[in-house]
Amino acid sequence: MKRFFGFVKKEFYHIFRDVRTMLILFGIPIAQLLLFGTVIKNDIKDAEIAIYDQSKDEVTQEITAKLLSSGYFILDRNLESINDIEAIFKKGKVKEVIVFESNFGRLLEKEGKANVQIIADASDPNMGKLLANYTTGILNDYITKKMGEMKVPLQIKPEVRMFYNEELESVYLFVPGIMAMILMLISAMMTSISITREKELGTMEILLVSPLKPVQIILGKVAPYLGLSIINAFVIILIGNLVFGVPIVGSTILLMAETILFIMMALCLGIMISTAAKTQMVAMFISLIALMLPTILLSGFIFPVENMPMALQWLSSIMPPRWFIVILKNIMLKGTGLLYVWKETLILLAMTSVFTIVAVKKFKTRLE
Amino acid sequence: MKDELLKTETVTETNNKVIQVKNLVKKFGSFVANKSLTFDVYRGEIFGFLGANGAGKTTAMRILCGLSSPTSGEITVGGYDIYKETEKIKKNIGYMSQKFSLYEDMTVSENIRFYGGIYGLSISKRKEREAEMLAKLKMDEVKNKLISSLPLGWKQKLAFSVAMLHDPQIVFLDEPTGGVDPVTRRQFWDLIYEAAANGKTIFVTTHYMDEAEYCDRVTIMVDGRIDALDTPDKLKKQFNAQNMDEVFLKLARGVS
Repeated sequence: MKRFFGFVKKEFYHIFRDVRTMLILFGIPIAQLLLFGTVIKNDIKDAEIAIYDQSKDEVTQEITAKLLSSGYFILDRNLESINDIEAIFKKGKVKEVIVFESNFGRLLEKEGKANVQIIADASDPNMGKLLANYTTGILNDYITKKMGEMKVPLQIKPEVRMFYNEELESVYLFVPGIMAMILMLISAMMTSISITREKELGTMEILLVSPLKPVQIILGKVAPYLGLSIINAFVIILIGNLVFGVPIVGSTILLMAETILFIMMALCLGIMISTAAKTQMVAMFISLIALMLPTILLSGFIFPVENMPMALQWLSSIMPPRWFIVILKNIMLKGTGLLYVWKETLILLAMTSVFTIVAVKKFKTRLE
Repeated sequence: MKDELLKTETVTETNNKVIQVKNLVKKFGSFVANKSLTFDVYRGEIFGFLGANGAGKTTAMRILCGLSSPTSGEITVGGYDIYKETEKIKKNIGYMSQKFSLYEDMTVSENIRFYGGIYGLSISKRKEREAEMLAKLKMDEVKNKLISSLPLGWKQKLAFSVAMLHDPQIVFLDEPTGGVDPVTRRQFWDLIYEAAANGKTIFVTTHYMDEAEYCDRVTIMVDGRIDALDTPDKLKKQFNAQNMDEVFLKLARGVS
């Protein structure tokens, strides 16, 4: 045990004395989080909209005036035909079209129910959803005020449609996605680099000649990064929550447990990489190309898995971050418990055990 | 130097075998790196392992250190069986590779502390050894300096001393003086003599033929075989050569 602590201490010397390592460990996560968070805007102002008013009565005029005076929307033009909608979206300037059905005011008065369609350009999914939410909010506000004046319960039924990205899967995903990416990067890349560095320097031979057991070497390498990754996960969740308002609806303990599981998985992956790579350079390239890119592209972090071709969907299912993101999304955003994520948890557990077995086995056989 | 040489030779005569190798074979697939090596190393001698690059000397040494396992053969190191008692062997050997094996981003003291730790030295024992070592190397003032700030020769001497920190019976040195100037090399060999005089067995691979002259006995490997094994003087006589360089060339060209 004393040997083990001596080893861990040595690892911390390596980490804390290397500016680049420190930067990768703590600078990059925060920078990336802030960058992604700001690029994906979550505030709207003066969004250009078009209105296709088939009714043109008092009520629709009132609603339109209310929308335009809110400060969020600017009227680009009034449309005269349903066919104009697609055309105007293609131009790209107008981000949302609102369609009132004919006899809107009369229907609302007589039957207490009228339909309005909100069509948003969701090629920027976050924006699309925000616009639709704001519009719905203003409509609801109008109804509540109107209800006071009339006796019948009123109901405007907004039908929201997202153009180009109906699923709207990636909107709140950037924090879970970033978290998966950063933990993957730090845990896998940093361990694989730190092990291959010892190989390159020749110190690994000395360690293997010494009475230290391979398992002690592996654990000694992994322990510091496990600790630092957990700290990182905390920081990411905290920044996500305080700066970007990403909620943590579910159990924090479950969230942490799942996070530690994912970190362990990534650490084992890192050891596996280090058994295959001879130099730090190779280890870094494998980590970046085989882990980073698929994490960004295939895990559903930026591009929804549902929209991928079947072959890529299969490929994405062997990407650990894909399952981790589902877990994070469920716990953080929906507040569901283990009951809803046990399948994904099992998949991560299985992946972790496979990687551990392969890593330990390969690490030993390298001595032969 | 000659005095020490004589002294170690008398130890050899007591026939105290510290490494015994019988019919060691190592294959990598169809390539045979070691073709049935048989030799003994005696306590307190400086045993030189010579050969061109690729002759199989590093392979053989790695097997003796436990970094690699032999395909077949009977081998004991420090009296322990290489197949069954690897843990005991590890405690009894020191190893220094071609690369210096100290951590550049740690201070002299931290390195000593770390290596003392992984060999399970007690804190008091480690402090005692550290003080002794730094005094001997005259490096007490630099003990809080990073290894990266030290000159190459210092690092090398330090690495050698660290390899002996846990007081091993045998020290394996894998081409320890590669890329070092002649003066530093000479100083390094003084350290080796001193260790041998203190009863340590030194097993050293090299391809510097002048270094072969410093060894008590020399093995010359060609193509995975041991072509010659004796004291440098006897080898020179046997091959009718002026120096070890000539001996080696004659062997390598197949003249005997």
